[in-house]
Amino acid sequence: MSKRTIKGMLDPYRVLDLADMECLLCGKLLGDLGADVIKIERPGGDVARRIGPFYHDEADPEKSLFWFAFNTNKRGITLNIETTDGREIFKRLVKSADCVIESFPPGYLDKLGLGYEALEKLNQGIILVSITPFGQSGPYRDYKGPDIVAWAMGGEMYLSGDSDLPPVRVSYHSQAYMHAAVEAAVGAMAALYYRAINGEGQHVDVSVQECVAQVSHQFSTMPWDTNRVIQTRAGGSPSSRVRVTRLWPCKDGYVIFSVSTGIHAKRNNQPLFEWMESEGMADDFLRNIDWDTFDFRTTTQETVDRLEEPIKKFFLLYTSAELLQWGVKHRVQVYPVSTTADIIGNVQLAAREYWVELEHPELATTIKYPGVFAKASEVPLSITRRAPLVGEHNQDIYVGELGFSSEELLILKQANVI
Amino acid sequence: MRKKLFEGIKVLDFSWAAVGPITTKTLSDYGAEVIKIESTSHPDGTRVGGPFKDNIPGFNRSGCFNQWNTGKLSILLNLATPKGLQVAKRLAAWADIVIENFSGGTIERMGLGYEELRKVNPKIIMLSSCMMGQTGPYATHPGLGPLLTALSGFNHITGWPDRQPVGPSGAYTDFMGPRFAMLVILAALDYRRRTGKGQYLDLSQFEGSVHFMAPVLLDYVVNQRVVRRMGNRLSYAAPHGAYRCSGEDRWVAIAVFTDEEWESFCKVIGDPLWTKETKFSTLLARKKNEDELDRLVEEWTISRSAEEVMKLMQAAGVPAGVLQNGEDLQEHDPQLKYRHLYWSLDHPEVGKYTALRPDFVVSKSPYELKRAPLQGEHNEYVLKKILGMSDEEIAELVMEGCLQ
Repeated sequence: MSKRTIKGMLDPYRVLDLADMECLLCGKLLGDLGADVIKIERPGGDVARRIGPFYHDEADPEKSLFWFAFNTNKRGITLNIETTDGREIFKRLVKSADCVIESFPPGYLDKLGLGYEALEKLNQGIILVSITPFGQSGPYRDYKGPDIVAWAMGGEMYLSGDSDLPPVRVSYHSQAYMHAAVEAAVGAMAALYYRAINGEGQHVDVSVQECVAQVSHQFSTMPWDTNRVIQTRAGGSPSSRVRVTRLWPCKDGYVIFSVSTGIHAKRNNQPLFEWMESEGMADDFLRNIDWDTFDFRTTTQETVDRLEEPIKKFFLLYTSAELLQWGVKHRVQVYPVSTTADIIGNVQLAAREYWVELEHPELATTIKYPGVFAKASEVPLSITRRAPLVGEHNQDIYVGELGFSSEELLILKQANVI
Repeated sequence: MRKKLFEGIKVLDFSWAAVGPITTKTLSDYGAEVIKIESTSHPDGTRVGGPFKDNIPGFNRSGCFNQWNTGKLSILLNLATPKGLQVAKRLAAWADIVIENFSGGTIERMGLGYEELRKVNPKIIMLSSCMMGQTGPYATHPGLGPLLTALSGFNHITGWPDRQPVGPSGAYTDFMGPRFAMLVILAALDYRRRTGKGQYLDLSQFEGSVHFMAPVLLDYVVNQRVVRRMGNRLSYAAPHGAYRCSGEDRWVAIAVFTDEEWESFCKVIGDPLWTKETKFSTLLARKKNEDELDRLVEEWTISRSAEEVMKLMQAAGVPAGVLQNGEDLQEHDPQLKYRHLYWSLDHPEVGKYTALRPDFVVSKSPYELKRAPLQGEHNEYVLKKILGMSDEEIAELVMEGCLQ
C-alpha cells in the first residue's frame, strides 16, 4: 500500500514519528491534515501496542484499540535506532523529511548522535519536535512524569474531586500527554511556517507539565495571582455560601445544568418550569420564587435545597438524550454527562457525519472511529487508513524508496535492526 | 534579533470568552498582529467575569481577560451600525486570518460571514469555532466549557466508582479547542502560502475533544463496554494514587509501573517488613490488595512533606509529583521558574499581573509577552495607522456611535 492519494493541506510534507504512547496523537493529527506520516517503531512494536483496551479483550500487539485510535493515516516501519545500521537508515530518512516527532527522555537522541544539531547538519530545514514530561531543560528535566505525576505537577489534579476524598485524575489514558501532543503539532506547524519564510528548521520543545499548567491556570494560578486565593477541589466561588447542584441524576445517568440567577434567570429558567408545570411536576414553592430578586449569594441552603427538590424529581423522568433535545429546542443549557455510549449515539455528531468507518481486513471487520477535528472548505481533512501493522510498510519504504534489496532486508531483520 | 514565528501575520479577532482568544493569544505572543474587536454594549464575557485583581471589578481588571489577550490590539466597534460594519470589512480586507466563536449562524446574521468577507478578501482564512459546529440540528445551541466537558465524556470518567462523577476542573475543554484551532489555522496558512487559496474552517469544539476520549470510545464500539470512573487507579500499576502528606491538604502522586520502580520505592521508604510480604511482591498481588497497599503507603507519606516525598522518590527513579496548587506553581516550582512559564507584566490599572507564555518553545524564535489591552485602547492606532483613516472620518464614526 502506497502513500495516500487523497489531497490534504499538508500533502508535501513528510513526518517521521518516533513518538510513543499518547504522544502518537501528534503525528496522527498531522496525518489527518494530509501529511505523509511514517510511524517508526522499534522491532516488534512500540510500547503503546501493549496498552488496552483491546479488540475483544485480546491483548495482542495488533489489537490494541489505544494503538488503533492514535495511529490512523500513518504508514508504519520498524527501525532500531540504537544500532549503527539503524541510525544510518534513520539519517537517510531525515534527509528527505520535514519533521521528526519524538517523546524520548531528554538527551536520549543526543546520546545516539541524533539530536537536533546532528539532524540539522543532515537537513537544514528539519523540524524536531520533542515532547517530554518537564521539558528539555531545568532541574526536573530527568524526572519521570507519567500522567498522574504530570497532572499533579501542572496543577489540574489538586482541583478535582470530592472534598472528603483525595484529589482525583481523569481515568484511563493520559489527558496531560494528549494536550501536549496536540500542542506539539501546533509547534511543528509554527516551525514549518517560519521555515517557509526564513529557510531553516528548528527544535520545538513541549513540556507536558506546562501544557497542564495552562489548563489549570484559570483555577490554580489565576485566583492566586489576582487575590492570593488557593482554589481547592471543594470548589465554588469564595463568595457563595450555599452548595448549588450542577450535576443532576436523570433516568439513565446524569445531566449538567445550573439554575440561573440574575437578569437572565427568568428567561433561562422559565422554559424548564413551564415544562415541569405541563407535566404536573412544578410546585408552589417554585412558582412563588421572585427570580428578579433571587440570588444564590444571599439565600439559604434550605431554600436552595427546597427549590431543587422538584427539579431533581423531574430530571429523573427523562434520559439525558431527551433532556438535551428538549434543551436545544427551548434554548435551555442542559447537557448530558455523557458516557462513551452517549457520545457514540449523539444526534449532532451523527448529523455532522462525524464518524468514520475504517477497514481492518485482518480482523474481517470495519470499526467506527472519531472523525476529523475540523471541517475545511477548500481542502477537507480526511481519515482514510487504519493504524499500521508492525513493519507493515517496511517493503514500501526500505525497498521501494531507499533501494534496499530483499536480501538486505532479511539481514537487517535478523540483526534486529528492523 | 531573531524573527518571530508569526511575524507579519495579521489577525482580525471577533472572538470572546476563552477558546477564540486563547487561540489568537498564541498567535499574538509569537508575533502576529491581532486586532480584537470589542464593544461596550456586548463586552467580552471575561471582561465582566472575575476573578478581578484585588476583588475590585472592572473591564480592565479581569484575570481571565488579561491572561488570554496578551499583546493584542483592542478596538471598540459597534457592528450594529452600518459604518461600524464597514470598518470591520476593511479590517477583513487587511487581515490574513479572521476568527470568531459566536454560536452557529450569528456571524452570518451580523453580515460578516465567510461569503461576505470573501468578497472583500478572496484569500481570507476564516475560522469559526463554536461548541457543536456550524451545521446540524444542535448547531445554534449555546454552551460553555464546563458543559462541553460533561458532554464530551470527561466528567463521567473522573471521580470514584461509588460516587457521582466530578470531572476535571471547570472549563476543561476550553483549553483543548484553541490547540485544534491553531493547528488547522496554521495548516490553512501554509496551504495558502503555497496555492494562494484561503478557506473557511468550521471547528466544532465537541469534535476535537472527542479525540481525547478515542481509546475508550473504541472500547464501546468494539466491545460494547461503557467505561466508568476509577478514582486514581490504573489497571497495570500499583501503587498508583494520591497520598496525603504532612500539612493542610497536601498530597503527592506516586506511580509504580515496574519491578525496578517497586524495589526502589521499597528502598526509599526504608524496606519495611510489610513490603516483603507475598501479597505485595508482584503487581497482580498488589492489585488484589490495593486498598491495604494504599493505606500502608500513606502511613509513610503522612509524616513527610509532599516535596520531600517527591524528591526522594524521583532521586531513586520512582515517578512521584506534588499535587501543586496555585501558590506552588507560581511561587515555588523551580522547574517552571527555570523555564520561565510565568511572566509578570506591568498593567496601568492592576499594577502587575502574571501571564503564561505559549505552551511550546522553539529554539530559534523568541516569543514576547505584552500586557492585554485596555478596552478600546488602540482605536486610534488601528483606524489611523492600519486603515489610514483621517481625523474627519474618525470623528464621523464617533458621532454616529460606531466606536463603542
